[in-house]
Amino acid sequence: MIKFSEGSVVVPGEAVAEGKEYRIGQGFYRVGEKVFASRLGILRIKEEDNFIYLVPLTGVYNPREGDTVIGKIEDFHSLGWRIDLFCPYSAMLMVREVPGYVPAGELDKVFDIGDLVCVKITKVTNNKMIDVSMNGPGLFKLNEGRIIKISSQKIPRVIGKQGSMVNMLKDKTGCKVIVGKNGLIWTKGEPKTEIIVNEAIKMIEDLSHTSGLTDRVAEMLDKKMEEYNKNKG
Amino acid sequence: MMLKEKFHLLRYLSDGIKSDGVLLDKYRDISYEVNTIKTAEGSCDLKLGNTHVIAGVKFEMGTPYEDTPDEGGIMINVELLPLSSPDYFPGPPTDKAIELSRVIDRGIRESGAVDLKSLCIVEGEQVLTVVVDVCAINDDGNLLDAGALASLIALKNAKIPKIENGKIDYTQLTKDTVKLKELPITITCYKIGEYVFVDPTTYEEKYYDSRLTITTIDDSSIVALQKGGEKAITISDVDKMTDLALTKSKEIRKMIKK
Repeated sequence: MIKFSEGSVVVPGEAVAEGKEYRIGQGFYRVGEKVFASRLGILRIKEEDNFIYLVPLTGVYNPREGDTVIGKIEDFHSLGWRIDLFCPYSAMLMVREVPGYVPAGELDKVFDIGDLVCVKITKVTNNKMIDVSMNGPGLFKLNEGRIIKISSQKIPRVIGKQGSMVNMLKDKTGCKVIVGKNGLIWTKGEPKTEIIVNEAIKMIEDLSHTSGLTDRVAEMLDKKMEEYNKNKG
Repeated sequence: MMLKEKFHLLRYLSDGIKSDGVLLDKYRDISYEVNTIKTAEGSCDLKLGNTHVIAGVKFEMGTPYEDTPDEGGIMINVELLPLSSPDYFPGPPTDKAIELSRVIDRGIRESGAVDLKSLCIVEGEQVLTVVVDVCAINDDGNLLDAGALASLIALKNAKIPKIENGKIDYTQLTKDTVKLKELPITITCYKIGEYVFVDPTTYEEKYYDSRLTITTIDDSSIVALQKGGEKAITISDVDKMTDLALTKSKEIRKMIKK
């Protein structure tokens, strides 16, 4: 018996279901007959195969292979840089993973401590040793622009289905936007449009648990951009 | 984060806005509630955009200083709670906290806003001391102006407790308030490059060149000043800043007089 309806918000320690007929996914644990939530999130139920799982609303970033992330140079070694990914584990960027010539012993001339880089995760081992790479399209050092940090669990909403939300942000405002899966978002454009993107991302973060978000964000962006173009012209 | 942030900020300022989109000579929305704390004799919960401060007023019994036997005392203390910003840590007050409390104190003390003579109970023996505690709940820049405004509003709404046999009975408050002769408003003007503005967020506070805190009273006279920042300011900057501070203080004074 499930005590909540599909899509309701559950808190850690809440008894969500009773009975052994349910299979449980991430975010739940079982004590005897009862099923408890271990995280704050939205309950999802798959009736046909008696499966319940949870879409978390908070929590730290869990690194996965293939994710594009924004990291900060923390330190350098003889063969590469250590990168802070704003999650409990730091990553390693080897010299061979950086395009272009890197003079030996002068790694700080390429990336200095505190620089921000957009990188891709190439490997995550079982004990969370992370390797990242800068070989690939859209991976580079971030020079100018503005960083916004939001909860990494809300990043999927910022990206949208097949990137619909982030592409809309780019198209409507003309800003460059890079969304790191670890919760950092980089924007660059005209100052006033950057602020509009900022507001839109705050709005997505606040309303991430609701449906029909793309339409509402589009409406808000249209209104703000109309105002912006009027003042500009 | 190193993203040539100062260079980026100058692009915003040349567009006439700060990093949160507010015009250079405008404040963010100010909202406040009075007497929200029941254990204090007067309090103010003030929000300036995302900056959030709480000021509380307590009265203490004490002995006067020998040179001013008929005057009470005033004490202002600012606490930067570690929860308000990643830059603040538990421990003894930092330079910033000391500066904030001294500048707020100077504005209220030097304007003569509080009638210290009215706080005297027995001349030469017993006087009341007003203690204002300002706590930063969230720091999104401009704690100085927010803290000064919150402590002023808290003082304005503080009720003096009942005094019996030389002791304060905190459970009973009289209807008397602290007599405020003036309303000193503290405005801090910041300068980055050639741009002068008020009400910075944490983003601007990281990169400012110089700042000037100006406290003015009702008749537009300046009662306190404080210069900060690494770079110098010229006479024409001071003129610009005082003009800006005067117009802003009039707006804010109108708001709290309502």
